[in-house]
Amino acid sequence: MVINIIILIALVTAALWTAMTTRLLRSAVGLAITSAILSILIFRLASPIAAVFELSVCAGLIFAIFIISITVTQRVTPEAFETRKKERMTKFWPLPIIVIIAAVVLTQIHFQTTFNLPAQTTPNDVKIILWNLRHLDLLGQIVILLTGAFGVVILFKEWKNG
Amino acid sequence: MVNDMSQLFWMCSIAGFLVFIIGIYGLLVTFNLIRAIIGLELLTKSVTLFLILAGYVTGQTGLAQALAITLIVIEVVVIAIAVGIVLCVFRHNRTIDAQLLRNIKG
Repeated sequence: MVINIIILIALVTAALWTAMTTRLLRSAVGLAITSAILSILIFRLASPIAAVFELSVCAGLIFAIFIISITVTQRVTPEAFETRKKERMTKFWPLPIIVIIAAVVLTQIHFQTTFNLPAQTTPNDVKIILWNLRHLDLLGQIVILLTGAFGVVILFKEWKNG
Repeated sequence: MVNDMSQLFWMCSIAGFLVFIIGIYGLLVTFNLIRAIIGLELLTKSVTLFLILAGYVTGQTGLAQALAITLIVIEVVVIAIAVGIVLCVFRHNRTIDAQLLRNIKG
């Protein structure tokens, strides 16, 4: 239980750092760290395949996409950076206070439930569920992946031509 | 055992709520388009955590993992398309600050 609490605190801290840090690159790194911590938590919640997906896709692929987009966009001047830093501070100072107040209020509630649920009717193997029971999900995933791939190709083609 | 499960459920739910609040705040306050996408990403992290947690407490981890994998696939496609659109906006306007984008002003 103590390890889980440490992981949860690390998750919220990493998310807070991601939102609050001034530089975009640090924000992207923070997002990758949040994904990595979340994948540890998912692994501990008995879902190893989802954890591997989260780690490889969210902490790996999405991080790479963000790094590419940040390197392509223009770097701000030091003066503009200082101005933006001050603006960000004025905009984001309430966030840690809101998070701390919400955490204190929610931890005061003593939630108790017994999780009385009906007997399980489907098999508990992700491979059987994904391949045998949820064909439509897989079809949807393939369609979305193709849409995404074509969309990215068209957008980058326009970028290259421009 | 039941008490432990209940406590774990509540602790993870609190963390999920907090990440959701951070994501919403980041999405609403910022004008930088890449930061808005990062806020969106934090929101989906929170949803992934809730899905997996629901699967864990109900004992249906297989179904929860299948749904989480679907969510992750959709998430990566949404991010890739959104980043592509942001890069196109940058190419046309030389900025990714939503306040400075006047071309689509109504």
